[in-house]
Amino acid sequence: MNRINNFHIAMVTGSLLLAAMVLHWLALTDAKHAVLIASTLVAGYFIAIKAFKSLRMKAFSIELLVTIAVVGALIIGEYVEAAAVTFLFIFGAYLETRTLEKTRSSLRALIDMTPIEATVIRAEGNIKVPAEDLIKGDRILIHSGEKIAADGQIISGRATIVEAAITGESVPAAKAEGDHVFSGTIIDNGYIEVLVERVGDDTTFAKIIELVEDAQESKTKTQKFLDRFANIYTPSIVVLSVLVYVFSSNVELALTFLVIACPGALVISAPVSMVAGIGNGARNGVLIKGGEIMEKLAKVNLVLFDKTGTLTKGRPTVTEVMAWTGDENELLRLAAQVEVASEHHLGQTIVSEARQRSLALTDKPEDADIIKGNGMTAVVAGQRFVIGNRKLMRAEGIDIAPQQEAHAIAREKAGNTAIFVAIDGAIKGLISIADQIKPEAKRAIAQLRAQGVEKMFMLTGDNRHTAQLVGDELGLDAVHAELLPEDKVSWVKQLKAQGYRVAMVGDGINDAPALATADVGLAMGTGGADITMETADVVLMSDNLDHFAHAHALAKATVGNMLQNTFFAVGTVIILLVGVVLGKVFLASGMLIHEISVLLVILNAVRLIRYKGKHGIRAKLVNPALNLGG
Amino acid sequence: MKKAVFNMEPFSCPSCIKKIETTLLKVDGVRDAKVLFHSGRVRVEFDSAVANAEALENTLNRLGYPVQSSKVT
Repeated sequence: MNRINNFHIAMVTGSLLLAAMVLHWLALTDAKHAVLIASTLVAGYFIAIKAFKSLRMKAFSIELLVTIAVVGALIIGEYVEAAAVTFLFIFGAYLETRTLEKTRSSLRALIDMTPIEATVIRAEGNIKVPAEDLIKGDRILIHSGEKIAADGQIISGRATIVEAAITGESVPAAKAEGDHVFSGTIIDNGYIEVLVERVGDDTTFAKIIELVEDAQESKTKTQKFLDRFANIYTPSIVVLSVLVYVFSSNVELALTFLVIACPGALVISAPVSMVAGIGNGARNGVLIKGGEIMEKLAKVNLVLFDKTGTLTKGRPTVTEVMAWTGDENELLRLAAQVEVASEHHLGQTIVSEARQRSLALTDKPEDADIIKGNGMTAVVAGQRFVIGNRKLMRAEGIDIAPQQEAHAIAREKAGNTAIFVAIDGAIKGLISIADQIKPEAKRAIAQLRAQGVEKMFMLTGDNRHTAQLVGDELGLDAVHAELLPEDKVSWVKQLKAQGYRVAMVGDGINDAPALATADVGLAMGTGGADITMETADVVLMSDNLDHFAHAHALAKATVGNMLQNTFFAVGTVIILLVGVVLGKVFLASGMLIHEISVLLVILNAVRLIRYKGKHGIRAKLVNPALNLGG
Repeated sequence: MKKAVFNMEPFSCPSCIKKIETTLLKVDGVRDAKVLFHSGRVRVEFDSAVANAEALENTLNRLGYPVQSSKVT
């Protein structure tokens, strides 16, 4: 109840101070003094209690210094000063707590999204239980508008799910049987039954919160320096005040030193910026593992990208269906009916494209024969299908017409795999499949350049031709293809040796060694894989590259904010000291300057909470679901 | 070995971190104590044969930092 108390005390003593002012106008000096002393005692009592409690634990506190100063002021008859100092101290503490809460609001909003209860399917029927009572293997039901209470796998139903709490992405993701869902995410539309795999503190959601908490507590070099400075500052000011008293017997000066000995703005200036910055990241699906990493990320001037899954979607999709005779959907449907029997990922891509277009796959393939690396043949509804590459067509004695061959080559030059579809010995169509570049990739790369990243390279294990196409399309500075994981590591080492500050962005699992070698390793779109969440310096929960560009901009803004705060806090200390020595600053004004500096430092950091990046394209990432929680 | 997380009122002054941590570490059976200043929580790892969560909660209350809720795992 600390906050309410401080507020009430501030209200009471504030009113007493107003009353004293009225009495001053009425020239009732004795009454004025009585009111001022009363006000001092009310506020001073609570300060003294705290001082006493710490003293009992043999801990030295700022409250003790203030108490001594106030008692001293009362003894020498400085009632106005005493009343003002106690009021400002209490009111300042109240305002500090209130504004500090704002810098912490991002994490608070996340914690508030923790699911509370779940509907479990039990022998006795469907019952509601508290989320912490769920166990692995439970089956839970989730309807539209409800929150998923555990991590697990969908065993029936389909739904669109707002995964903002995990990925920072406000656009709902479509999920169906076999897909994994996360605790803390909300069903936008649909109905699913989930087999519980992880509950409570083991869920990705709980891990994110713990990770952000720890990151916010971690200290940067600047912070450690300021802490050390504050540790020296307070005792030396106290010693100074004693010396002043002993040598000059100037009680006012000695007491003023005690009041300004609190290093408030100094201690808080760097951490508030970091807390606000890390909180902003967490809300946008960017987990930055601490202040030092924030500082490193802000200095990055070379970025290395993995290709598959980072710059491209990582899932091959059908980019074109060409039917030389008839309808393209019919051709796709027929091809998909054959490929149902295939386990090859290209075959499955064709099947899922047909399903997405809601084509009815009614007839079953017979005599299916899979020719490894080339394609497959099968009979469906009496027609013989041959689906695969040129080699397979040649082996089956099927002619490829010149204009068909030209089209296939054109598609391949554009980065596709071209798959011929032949029915009863004649080629009827061509299906192109490619791993597509993410739609936001170009924009994110342009934004990174605008933010001061000098060079961007691609490091990939994929073939030179495809890699070069992607690199050219995105305007990367260089493309290094056909690399093994250890080759990526040596590239990172080499570039670091050339003096670059290197960030590596990858999918975390096969890029792990390179991520660890880089100055900053960013794992992308991990969907909560434990290893990557633990090892990467920065975890991008979604696979959206905009989030990476935002992370970089945010790091720069946060470090800038921290520097502003540090200079301001150190500057305030110098001004206070000089002011006290020159006799311009006395008890109340010393406390006022101190409290104002603390508040300004916090308010400056609060700006980071709403930071959306310099270029304004981040607006769409602001997350309505989370704002409700705040 | 158990882990207790205490939810506190928002902390306002960073100087209390050290005070709380050292006081908790003096309690028998406490292996690790960490004040999460920014999220207003205190995490304590302790040997459940020697210490217990209620006693720890009492220590925090007596120090002048009332515990609002706690969770022991």
